[in-house]
Amino acid sequence: MRNRLIIATISLLALAGCSPGSLGSSDEDGKLTLTFLVDNSAESLKPAEALAAGFTAKNPDITVDVESRPQGSEGDNIIKTRLATGDMTDVFQYNSGSLFQALAPGQNLAPVTDQAFAGDLDENFKATVSADGQLYGVPFNASMGGAILYNRKVYAQLGLTVPKTWAEFMSNNAQLKAANIAPVIQTYQDTWTSQLFVLADFHNVSAAEPAFAADYTANKTKYATSPAALKGFTHLQEVHDAGYLNSDFASAKMVDGLAQLASGKGAHYPILTSVVTSLAADHADTIGDIGLFALPGDDAAKNGLTVWASAGVYIPKSTEGAKRDAARQFLAYIASPEGCAAFAQAGPPSGPYMVKGCTLPADTPQAIKDMQPYIDAPGGSSLALEFLSPIKGPALEQITVEVGSGIRPAADGAALYDQDVKKQAQQLGLPGW
Amino acid sequence: MVTRSPYPHWFYLPAAVVYGVLFVVPTVTSFWFSLTRWTVFDSTFVGLDNFVTFFREPALVKGLTNTLIYGVVTSGLKVVLGMLLAVLLTSQIAARGWLRSVVFFPVLVSTIGIGLTFTVLMDPVDGLINQSLAVWGISGPAWLTDPSWALLSVALVDVWKGVGLATLIYIAGIVSIPAEYFEAARVDGAGAFARFRSITLPLARPATATVIILSLIGGLRSFDLIWAMTRGGPGFTSDVIASVIYKQYQAGFYGLSTAGNVVLFVLVTAIVLPLSRILNRREVEL
Amino acid sequence: MRSRLLGLLAVVVSGVVFLVPFAFIVLTAGKTRAEASRLEFSWPAQLRFAENFLEVVRARDYMLIIAYINSTVLTVASVSIMVVLAAMVAFVLQRRPSRWTGTVNFLVLAGLIIPPAVVPTIWVLQRLGLFRTMPGLILVEVAFGLSFCVLLFRAFVATIPRALDEAAILDGAGPLRLFFGVIFPLLRSVIVTAVVVQSVTVFNDFVNPLYFLPGDRNATVQLTLYNFAGQYSTDYHLLFMNILLITIPPLIMFAFFNRQIVAGMTSGAIKG
Repeated sequence: MRNRLIIATISLLALAGCSPGSLGSSDEDGKLTLTFLVDNSAESLKPAEALAAGFTAKNPDITVDVESRPQGSEGDNIIKTRLATGDMTDVFQYNSGSLFQALAPGQNLAPVTDQAFAGDLDENFKATVSADGQLYGVPFNASMGGAILYNRKVYAQLGLTVPKTWAEFMSNNAQLKAANIAPVIQTYQDTWTSQLFVLADFHNVSAAEPAFAADYTANKTKYATSPAALKGFTHLQEVHDAGYLNSDFASAKMVDGLAQLASGKGAHYPILTSVVTSLAADHADTIGDIGLFALPGDDAAKNGLTVWASAGVYIPKSTEGAKRDAARQFLAYIASPEGCAAFAQAGPPSGPYMVKGCTLPADTPQAIKDMQPYIDAPGGSSLALEFLSPIKGPALEQITVEVGSGIRPAADGAALYDQDVKKQAQQLGLPGW
Repeated sequence: MVTRSPYPHWFYLPAAVVYGVLFVVPTVTSFWFSLTRWTVFDSTFVGLDNFVTFFREPALVKGLTNTLIYGVVTSGLKVVLGMLLAVLLTSQIAARGWLRSVVFFPVLVSTIGIGLTFTVLMDPVDGLINQSLAVWGISGPAWLTDPSWALLSVALVDVWKGVGLATLIYIAGIVSIPAEYFEAARVDGAGAFARFRSITLPLARPATATVIILSLIGGLRSFDLIWAMTRGGPGFTSDVIASVIYKQYQAGFYGLSTAGNVVLFVLVTAIVLPLSRILNRREVEL
Repeated sequence: MRSRLLGLLAVVVSGVVFLVPFAFIVLTAGKTRAEASRLEFSWPAQLRFAENFLEVVRARDYMLIIAYINSTVLTVASVSIMVVLAAMVAFVLQRRPSRWTGTVNFLVLAGLIIPPAVVPTIWVLQRLGLFRTMPGLILVEVAFGLSFCVLLFRAFVATIPRALDEAAILDGAGPLRLFFGVIFPLLRSVIVTAVVVQSVTVFNDFVNPLYFLPGDRNATVQLTLYNFAGQYSTDYHLLFMNILLITIPPLIMFAFFNRQIVAGMTSGAIKG
């Protein structure tokens, strides 16, 4: 009896030991396989697979296996844990800016400063994937903007013009509401979409208070006390209080918001331009109707676009020897016009590419083309705060949902966010907190 | 103790090794970690700072009351409904076996799957529940998106999913009551309700104790259903302690999150331990 | 007559309350993408079960198949170990009061109450070289499930008359033969209950595999759902097909043991 039991237990354990990944394949002679970890959104998986295919077509001896991870903070934890345990894939995609800094790059990543492609990267982007003078990554896909997507057809029908100031924006909203069109689309089932009024307003904040990012990092100014920064929260409350939101804002998801925008049921959708990919896929016939303008602020002369740098592709220190060489080759491929072409093949860009020599394809949607004038104009665009300061509170999306739903007043929300930010700053051990 | 006991202590050993290494050690180290501020890469000792921050966490006060409401509502409903269903399912009704299966089945289905399904069913406009209510002329609430309903809606789904287990425990309790008691009562001319009140109710008390304790522990620690359905939202309105802890964890505040773990541990112990003493004492008195 | 009417009413109400959500899952799983996205409770205009099934199975390079294998191994191994170890503990715990009894009782209760600390557990697993391995995850599930099983078993060991032990000891049985030859078989009914409940818990577990066994090649079935919810958040027909597919194993288990779960829980108590 006892023996039988022991044998059963051992065989179970043996079975267990051999099972995970047993359907995976092993390397053949002379061939190399790079594993490539990306987040599991379609916006990342498709381009990643296009890159893998394009790279292998060019380098038949190296195959790239795309692995996926959850998005958001759960994905952050997985990345950090795998880095800390030396268990990261050979190459991985991850945010640039403050989240990149939180990876302790000097300790965990292999620098690519001396690689030939380093000179081909956009300077703004390089700043967001560098630490202590070392460069660690290349841009994954194009940059993106945080702005208001609007329905140009609706604008034409009502004879509206693109607003440059908040007052003009609100007067457009009043006319839209009178015409029975939801002026502002909000989609709080995807909580991240609620943050745009605050985050995409940053160009206006820094236009009014150029030192904001530095002071904010040094704990010298706060959202609740800086008049310019507080505007983002008050604007969010204003559109809710004026009844300008779509009626299902609390239960709608991002895809619902896009559908409302495309069909003209809603006129404005403050969002990141990365969604243009799904907009183009799901609403191909009306994509030409969708345009873009930057979040309006107080001063028409200083109005401009808030830009998010691309995510990066990095090599962890744990990738060594021949694999590291292959990984560098892969990064060089990504940071080349061929790489950009592979990205474009997977879907329309969300903004200008951050690699020299890459241009927007001719069939780029109108909304993305609308970004170009802002970027070309001197002082017409700024990087978002999360690329200029390492602090971003994790609870902003819940707070903006509360403010945008009328659960919490704007000033309260801003103060609450300042408290949230404090935790992050302390966690990072920043001076002055 | 010259002769060896037929009940040797080494029977504890295999379980103790697994449990000690993978549960006790991490739990004990977590007490230490709760006094530090640490990233995956390094840590610094900060004393009780994490606890101070945690108690200043604005969502916590809300989370604390929500946790208690959630625990009490789910365990209360499970006791009442479980008992009623068990009485029904031990009586001579048609399709008894089928009903038992139907009631128990949700226990077996993945919580995440149920959460996703009910999120769709509870959609304020397109959802099946409000569409059905509309047929009767009732305008249903925005179950998961109305701040005053969200927590309650999740609690109702929790009860829907878990009442089968409570029913099962009650059925076991009721079936084990000797049939002579009921017969004697019937001979004495006691009606169905009287039999329920004077026999079933008191003699099923051990079952009640089990249901209360199990569902209270489950309710106070509950996390995955809330996470699948509302993520603590809208805003912070349906946050419970477990989801606050998880958010701190997600944000990379590991020390803060383990401090929250310790707080939750203390809360659950402070409620469940005395309660189980009281419930079990009454059991003995009977 | 009244009880039959009551029974009919109970059947109807329980049908609506408990079965409609499942019917909704099944119906939506058989619809086209566009129809499913309307979230209506209606018969599919076009039956697409086969197509949706294939699409879900093929998604992410047959991830669901791998996940099924992983989940099965995980569930079978961890529940078997858990049940045997817990029964051993419960047996000695109930039969032999000693200076250990208090400690063990405390630990059992602690296991039910204390929320497991994820990162320290990862830290321990790494030290043991078990992080990201199937045996590591199996042992984690065993550790987390022991308390419940011990509690369940202890009550039932109490219902087994000591006279049986004494008879076996007189026959010259040692502790192992006494336990595995006499007691363990008598626990059969409650073991069925424990196996069903714990299998379902482990099979439906979603947090532990995510942390202790990450990676697509290691996915368990709940994680496929997670991937779907992220990747195809709007493809309700695929999401519900996936929910349907991962509900089938518990359904089969239930169909098999349905009678025994209730009978098991009750018969043990009656014998006592």
